[in-house]
Formats: sequence, C-alpha cells, structure tokens
Amino acid sequence: MLTVFLAVLRRDLLLSWRGRADLLVTLAFFVIVVCLFPFGVGAETNQLRAIAPGVLWVAALLASLLSLHRLFAQDHADGTLEQLLLSSEPAVSWVAGKVVAYWLTTGLPLVVAAPGLALLFDVEQGALPVLTFSLALGTPILALLGAVGAALTLGVRGGGMLLALLILPLYVPVLIFGAGAVEAWLGGTGATAHLLLLGGGLAGALALAPWACAAALRIAME
Amino acid sequence: MLAVSELACLKGDRLLFRGLSFSLEPGELLRVAGPNGVGKTSLLRLLAGLTQPEAGEVRWHGTPLARAREDFHRGLLYLGHAAALNDLLTPLENLRFACAAAGDEAEETACVRALERIGLAAQLDLPARVLSQGQRRRVGLARLFLSAARPLWILDEPFTALDVNAVADLAATLSAHCEAGGAVMLTTHQEAPFARAPRVLDLGGRAC
Repeated sequence: MLTVFLAVLRRDLLLSWRGRADLLVTLAFFVIVVCLFPFGVGAETNQLRAIAPGVLWVAALLASLLSLHRLFAQDHADGTLEQLLLSSEPAVSWVAGKVVAYWLTTGLPLVVAAPGLALLFDVEQGALPVLTFSLALGTPILALLGAVGAALTLGVRGGGMLLALLILPLYVPVLIFGAGAVEAWLGGTGATAHLLLLGGGLAGALALAPWACAAALRIAME
Repeated sequence: MLAVSELACLKGDRLLFRGLSFSLEPGELLRVAGPNGVGKTSLLRLLAGLTQPEAGEVRWHGTPLARAREDFHRGLLYLGHAAALNDLLTPLENLRFACAAAGDEAEETACVRALERIGLAAQLDLPARVLSQGQRRRVGLARLFLSAARPLWILDEPFTALDVNAVADLAATLSAHCEAGGAVMLTTHQEAPFARAPRVLDLGGRAC
C-alpha cells in the first residue's frame, strides 16, 4: 500500500518539476490577486489591515482552484488512471499520493508566500504565524475537497467551470475559520478555537475525501 | 479460470450484446472478433472490472468478480487502447511507475532488460513524447515481460502500429505465456503468427 502511495507521490512530484512553469502560474496568480486589492480599495492603512486576512484567504482559495481540473485530467486522457484502478492495491493509497503531491506543489507555495504578502497589508507581525498556520491547516482541506470535485467532473464537457461551481460552496467553512483565526487573534480572543476547528476539518477530510474521490473516479471510468 | 455467463453490455442507450457466455481456461488464447463498434473493447473493459455489466456475471476461479477484486487484479494484466504513457517521463520511468502502480516489485535492471528486449535500448532516456506510435505501443507491451506471474492477460489491439518483426515477436511471447499455463484474451484485426490458432469469439454474429 505504501509502495503505491510513494510511487505515485514521486512520479507526480517529478512531473510537476518537469512542468514547473505551471506551478509558477498558481503562485503568480495568488500574488497578483492579493496585490490587486490595494489598487481597488485604496491604500488606507487601517482598511488594508482589516481586510488582509480575508483577502489572503480568498486569493489562496481561488489560486488553489486554478489548476485543480488538471489533477486527474492527464492521467485520464493517457490511460494511466485505468491502470491505477486495476491495481491490486487499494485505490485510496494512490489517490492519497496524488493529493499529497498536488498539495505540496500548489498549496505549500501559497502557505510560504502568504506571510510576505501579509506584510504588504501591514498586518501585525504577531499575527503572521497564525495566518501561516491557518493556511497550512486549511489548504490541505481545499486540496482534498477539490480532488473529490475534480474526480466528479472528470471527463465532463466544461468540467473546469462546473468544478468551480461545485466546490466553491464547500470551501466556505474553511474560509470562515481560516480568515476568522487571524481576525480572532487580532481581536484579542485568541485563534485556538478556529485553528482547532480547522484541524478537525482536516482530520475529517483526510478520513473521508480519498474514499469519496476513489469512488468518484471509478464512476468516471464507466 | 474466467467464466462469463449471460453477460449483457449497455453503452449509452444502445445494447451492445446480451446473453454472452463463455469461459477461458489456462493455456488458452482467445481472440475476440467482430467489426468496429460491435463491443470488443467494451467487453474487455468489462472483463477487466473497469465497468459493470448490465446483466450477467463474471467469475474468477469460481468467485464473482465483485468479491474477488483484489485477487483478480493481482492475476490480471490489462493493456488498453491508450498506452498509459506520460509524455514528460522517459520509457523507463513510465514502465517502472506502471509496475509499481500495479503492485509489482520491479527492479530498475529488470525494467531496462524488458525495454531492451522489446527493442527500445536506444530510447531509454528520451521523453515519451518524441517516441513514434509503434515505440509507444512497445513501452506498454514491455510490461508483458515483467508480468509472467500474472496468469490472465487481456490485451486490446496489441498489434496496432507494430512492425512485422515486432508482431511476430509479440505473437511468440503470447504463445509462450499460454504454453506456460497462462491465458490470453485479445482483440485484433490483424493476422498474427501464433504457435497455435487462437479460439475465436465472434461478437459480430450476435449483435442485437
């Protein structure tokens, strides 16, 4: 089971490295969206400080949608998915491998870039670890839920748009608790409750999403 | 080994075949024949467990497929229309991944040997996107040399895009697998020099 997980993880990371221009697109999109807000709402410091957590979180959410439809598309087109479904190992293991690789290549860069961008909004330095931690807990949930959506819309015409419509409503709780964690810390109530809820969400998504994803992929192959 | 009873397959709202019964025993080479669109590929995908039959049952050593999935997939090698190659990876990386994904332990040296044997010694380090159709097909077929332990081979159009020598080599490999007690099921529109004439299952005569 671990062999298949590691084989898929290694292959997907290698593929991301060979097509690394695609990864920069996600990161560049995140940075640009965040930077657009000061132009739109004006450079008033207090206002920027107030909207910073929400802006960063919404931008991260949109950026993680950007490459989501490609998660299984290539493997579906070239027949790899067929072979993976015929593996004698449980489907959950390779689905998990794909999602972990996907998060490492698209989610992790956002987590790393976010504190730097938060400084642009003059966010209090003490809130930066909270922001990073909330993104580190939240973006894997986005990847896991997104993988289920990507599997459900696989092979559907106009799947990219449908995927966004399907998955964005599910991202709302993550957004509320993610952005809420930073705001709660800034408000002085402490971020623990929000972060615990995010952690619980991650545990739940980890336990359920790979199974749902594997089932959806089986249906997509029919 | 594989027993099929009263199988029916629906594609979209079109019935491809129904009431299909046959069995496949060790040592047998079965060729599924029939004109295009009669349901050969659908039948193979169904037997491989990728799709569910509309009616009827497939049994693997007497157990229905749904309950013997893991055991069945351990004993099955299915090569479909698509070669399952990623264009950014080399043939060697593709082959090693295909083996690992299927749950086989495949050493790098064994994979290199398999690729050399199928005639890709010079292409080991090239990305798959520069390979010709025939060479891509060969990378997929290299798995045959690493899957001798899997008794049932289901191959969809394995001879497509291969040159005359490769066709003869592949036919010999398939015949040898049957000699060794394996079973092969394939579709092809091409005559191939098998050691023993394959049994033919003609779907064309029974289309509904």
